[in-house]
Amino acid sequence: MTEALFKTLLQICLLLAISPLVTGFIRMLKARLQTRRGPGILQPYRDLHKLLRKGMVIPQTSSWLFAATPIVLFSTSVLAGLLVPMLSAAAPLSLFGGVLALVYLLGLGRFFLALGGLDTGGSFGGLGSSREMTLSALAEPAMMLAIFTVAIGANSTSLSEIARVAVGQQWRFLAPSQILAFVALFIVIIAETGRIPVDNPATHLELTMIHEAMILEYSGPRLAWIEWAAWVKQLLLMSLLINTFWPFGLQTVWSVAGVVTSLGWLLLKLAVLSCCIVLVETTNAKLRLFRVPELLASAFTLSALALVSTFLF
Amino acid sequence: MGRLLAEAFFNGGLAACLAGALAGLAFASRPALARVLSFGLALLGAALEVAASVFALTLEASPSWSLPCGVPLFSWTIRLDPLSALFSLVLGLLAGVVSLYSWGYLHNAAGGRGVGLIGFFYNILLLSLALVFTASNAFFFLLVWELMALSAYCLVCFHHEKDETRRAGALFLIMSHAGTGLLLVAFLVLAISGSSLDFQNFHHLFSKLPPQLRTAVFLLFFLGFGVKAGVTPLHVWLPAAHPVAPSNISALMSGIVIKAGIYGLARVFFDFMDVPPLWAGMLVLAAGILSGLVGVLYALMEHDLKRLLAYHSIENIGIILTGFGAALMFRSLGQPRVAALALIAGLYHTVNHALFKCLLFLGAGSVLKATHTRNMELMGGLIRRLPATAFFFLVGAIAISGLPPLNGFVSEWLTYQALLAGFGTTQSLTRLMFPAAGALLALTAALAATCFVKAFGIVFLALPRSQRVEEAREVSSSMLAGMGILAAACVGLGLGATLFLPVFDPITHQAMGVRLSSALVASGGVAVFAGTPRGGAVSTPGMAAMLVLLSGIPAFFWLIWGRHARRTTGPAWDCGLPGLGPENQYTATAFSKPLRLIFAAFYRPRREVQAEFEVSPYYPTAIRFESEIESSFEKRLYEPVKTAVLALASRMRTVQAGSIHAYLAYIFIVLVLLLLFGARG
Repeated sequence: MTEALFKTLLQICLLLAISPLVTGFIRMLKARLQTRRGPGILQPYRDLHKLLRKGMVIPQTSSWLFAATPIVLFSTSVLAGLLVPMLSAAAPLSLFGGVLALVYLLGLGRFFLALGGLDTGGSFGGLGSSREMTLSALAEPAMMLAIFTVAIGANSTSLSEIARVAVGQQWRFLAPSQILAFVALFIVIIAETGRIPVDNPATHLELTMIHEAMILEYSGPRLAWIEWAAWVKQLLLMSLLINTFWPFGLQTVWSVAGVVTSLGWLLLKLAVLSCCIVLVETTNAKLRLFRVPELLASAFTLSALALVSTFLF
Repeated sequence: MGRLLAEAFFNGGLAACLAGALAGLAFASRPALARVLSFGLALLGAALEVAASVFALTLEASPSWSLPCGVPLFSWTIRLDPLSALFSLVLGLLAGVVSLYSWGYLHNAAGGRGVGLIGFFYNILLLSLALVFTASNAFFFLLVWELMALSAYCLVCFHHEKDETRRAGALFLIMSHAGTGLLLVAFLVLAISGSSLDFQNFHHLFSKLPPQLRTAVFLLFFLGFGVKAGVTPLHVWLPAAHPVAPSNISALMSGIVIKAGIYGLARVFFDFMDVPPLWAGMLVLAAGILSGLVGVLYALMEHDLKRLLAYHSIENIGIILTGFGAALMFRSLGQPRVAALALIAGLYHTVNHALFKCLLFLGAGSVLKATHTRNMELMGGLIRRLPATAFFFLVGAIAISGLPPLNGFVSEWLTYQALLAGFGTTQSLTRLMFPAAGALLALTAALAATCFVKAFGIVFLALPRSQRVEEAREVSSSMLAGMGILAAACVGLGLGATLFLPVFDPITHQAMGVRLSSALVASGGVAVFAGTPRGGAVSTPGMAAMLVLLSGIPAFFWLIWGRHARRTTGPAWDCGLPGLGPENQYTATAFSKPLRLIFAAFYRPRREVQAEFEVSPYYPTAIRFESEIESSFEKRLYEPVKTAVLALASRMRTVQAGSIHAYLAYIFIVLVLLLLFGARG
């Protein structure tokens, strides 16, 4: 009991502490690749610190939902993070749910975020909510199919079990089904975290906004919780991808040395995956909104191929 | 003892409903008294039904008795076996809640006109439903089935002064009778080969039929009950008929009347049939997935709040049938444990859908009573005017979207687990169907969430879009109590899933000889397992507790920093053009526009924009926008059938010449034919 509590607390601290760093790292890499100096790697921490102490401007038209949204979004993201194995193959709250629970928890957060966008009464909020819900709905089948491919391989939807099976077969990620599922999930994660070519996290241009349009009216601490939740979500989705497909260094036993090793490897793999994301972001232009479904359909096709190839190989 | 109590309570419930019906008729001229008496008696009847079902569920042997009004050939046998008891339990709960709600809803409704009549038909509907779920004799079943359809028709047509209502009622009646016709044939075949009308003799009777007949009877049952359940493409009556009824009736129709179809299918699939052929399960699974997608896609384009909810009923029937279809397939593949899991998923979703759809329809009824409109484009900002209704509607919206930790999530999770477990049950290519079905189910669920963001956001949030919405006031306490009970039930079945799962044990035991709840519920009753040792677990109470605890982190930071910070309210960003009004808000049409474009091949949308301008087209003075989607099923499937039937009917008119000589000639010809062919046999 105390051990489970300790594990949970440790992972909460890890999620909250590292997620701004990953975002800062991605932003820094992106700036360097575009030959800009860019803000320092610690800028997200400074942003959080500033936002948490600032005052708020609340739209007149909004209701209690507007206030509840950041809290729901934050707690669902962190709880989803607790279902993912990060420091050892056993996730702290693996009994509370597996990969399906994770997807649906993120869905709960998104449901509230979209309602928060509509609650402002402005056009942008509705625009963002409409686009976010549409695109995430279209991403869902590709995501589920890729997840099913992995879950069928491990014969379980528990992420701990999936990670344990992956650790047992280190080189399995070279199997055709795993490569296809990886690419499909990578595309879905790009869409879910609102990155180029699906959404541009750095824009406030009305024609292209999705995520930013929904949170346009948020300010001060509420904005901080939404931003932090988004970073935690990005971190947990990246960790999910990493520890399912690249299980190197992930320890199955729970010990001090094991946790330190796992953490070291996790950071290394996060850095590699961040480089991939930055490369994709820099070398692509943002897609037109109505071309995004084609991208998601290709992710779905890849997942379907992944599933069929588990059948063959 | 328990058996006698179940019988007494059940018969008492029937008597209460009958008394309620008579009270409604007797006091038709005194609406206030009729309302209190007939809905009060209905509430009593519902409570007695609940008690009877609970007793029956705890009994080892299913209680069975006959009503004293039958004739020897057609005995009116009632049997409360576990499956019947489950549906009766849900019926009792919903009937009680809707009766409570109707007290307030019908208060001052249309000056009290016809309240007694509603009370009469309402009680008859409850009575017939209670008997449909428990009748254990084919003749008796068809009789109460027909009574249910007719009383539902009378309630649907209550506002018969409107053309829309009369059309919807006629469509409902025609399709319902077509379905009953198919059922009649199917039951006759079973009765002949079982040489009895008793359902107990129908148990596993399918195996005794010749193969072609077995296929035919299966299809007849599937289509006949499918019409009532609203399975695509037999669903077209549902979005027409449910919205035009008074809202308390719509709630009952979508909540439980369509479940009569599901009950019938469950009875046939898991009682009358033994091991079905594989294609039967595949057909049901495919129909389930198709219904789910078609239902949610049409719901997304709907701006009439009640029609939107009606389309979601089709979607959820699809999810239920996905579970049933998978269960049938696993039985064919010789996997009773996985089949039991899939059956539990389907039945759990049946119960859940009854609860949250009833809740949402009652919420829509409250909105309708407060604003006198069903058009979402005229609503907005109701969360400030109807705060309690808004909260209950939100609970229902989260539940129907399948989001944790409420009940919809639990049943969808079980469905996914069953589908995933199905992959290992066979080596043939058939197994690819299960993950594919899972992926499409995920799409359906995600689109449902999108639709309910739209429904809740446009109706309850932001600024009011019309005058009458600004003047809306919160509804009466009996209506709120009705919604509150259902919202609590949605939360309860979500958080208390492990306590509820053992209810399905006797049903799966009767159908497949498997009791699964001990495998599903483990670790001190806080988590649900997927039935296999390592398959995965989920704990809704754990999630809920963690969500509450984690929201302590923002609260903590607020205490140390946020408390002292300045909070101001201001207008939302209006792009520098002052005066953001309701017309600047996203509408329901705008919200669903991306999906209308993405699925244009399915919707075949038509839009028309007319702009009037004086100087240049870029500065219009008035714009008229019209957009509609094609109702493909009506146009491409039903229109040809209708044309053909009408053409045939007009041909046949020539036979009906009205001349007595011609009729005498017909009689003569028939007589000769009978003598020629009949005499030989």
